[in-house]
Amino acid sequence: MSNYKVAENLAMSETGFVFLPGTGETFTSNEIGRKIIQLIQKGKNNEEIIEEITNDYDVESNTFEKDLNDFIIQLAQFNLAREL
Amino acid sequence: MKIAVTGLNNVDNPGPGVPVIRGIKDAKRFDAEIIGLIYDSLDPGAYLKEISDRNYLIPYPSSGLDELFERLAYINNIENIDVLIPTLDAELYAFSKLEDKLHSIGIKTFLPTKVQLDLRAKDKLFKFCTENKIKVPQNIIAASVQDIYSLPSKFKYPVVVKGIFYDAYIANNSDEAITAFNRINTNWGLPIIVQEFIQGDEFNVAALGDGTGNTIGAVGMRKLFITDKGKGWAGISVDDQFLIKLSEKLMELLKWKSGAELEFIKEKESNEYYLVEINPRFPAWIYLPVAAGQNLPAALVDLALGRKIENFSSYDIGKIFIRYSWDLITDIKRFEQITVNGVLNNG
Repeated sequence: MSNYKVAENLAMSETGFVFLPGTGETFTSNEIGRKIIQLIQKGKNNEEIIEEITNDYDVESNTFEKDLNDFIIQLAQFNLAREL
Repeated sequence: MKIAVTGLNNVDNPGPGVPVIRGIKDAKRFDAEIIGLIYDSLDPGAYLKEISDRNYLIPYPSSGLDELFERLAYINNIENIDVLIPTLDAELYAFSKLEDKLHSIGIKTFLPTKVQLDLRAKDKLFKFCTENKIKVPQNIIAASVQDIYSLPSKFKYPVVVKGIFYDAYIANNSDEAITAFNRINTNWGLPIIVQEFIQGDEFNVAALGDGTGNTIGAVGMRKLFITDKGKGWAGISVDDQFLIKLSEKLMELLKWKSGAELEFIKEKESNEYYLVEINPRFPAWIYLPVAAGQNLPAALVDLALGRKIENFSSYDIGKIFIRYSWDLITDIKRFEQITVNGVLNNG
């Protein structure tokens, strides 16, 4: 069960360029940010996201968990995602 | 076919004439010669050969309807104009009043009626919206500086101080409100509207109503770059069906006949749309809807010609317009032509 849901119609390109068609707002994210958004879009929950990212990158799960929380807060502030 | 268009003042607060003409030309089906009707011999659009074929100076509506009609009739004797599209707020009452006379000399128009113009006027919009349960900022009509001093307690600063046709300033205190009042009064006269400031993002819709309540097309846009005059210098087409449905409802309530620009603020806290203004003509960014798949200026020409047209059902999302300035070089001979003879031939 996913903990988060990204905004409806959110469009993201392979470069991490994010577009909200309803408001015309655009954002840029780095590679990790793009991956996290993609994982949320796939319906992955907190633990699954942490597992995937810590498997692919050299980062401790404790450290990443904090970063993930900060990132989710940012996504929510920009109306790009919300906690379920 | 000859189509006359006003508003070729493509300056820092641009008129919609040039983008309206671009839309008409893009449509190809009219094979039209464009007659520019200008108020100033330095209106940039008049010097753009790819935009207008010939241009004529016309008197400001404030100089009287008879004088304006006389000049239009004179131009029509030379040009045989098929359709005339006024595009500026301040001239629309005059052209609406002259509509029958224009028709009598063979010039077709597609204009809002005086009743429609009155309903959406900045000093009457609040009443219209509250009667129809459409969210709108509180406002009062100020006829003197005293009205600013005695703003009702429901008004908290900042407020927006607006002219009846043009100009708007955000005032953070009564001193700034009085300065704005005096500035607008000097330039545009009374009355002046003091409006509640709604915190949020601005969304605009360009629309075309056929006069029966039906909306032929409507395109939503969010400004991406705003000049110090508050004009959108870049914008993006957005996908917000609620915004479009709300605009269609307004067009239906007004039985709007002509192009229009509806200005909304999406309130930050509630995410609700507040209607701020209805401008009775296409906006200066009307070429964005054309590029996004709704050629509203060309559809207006069809309506003026009495042709049946289908409603537009969609448009491209994420189309961006970016305005730019460009130094057009011309010769003093051409400036002389328009200044002395009142006509500028681009052929």
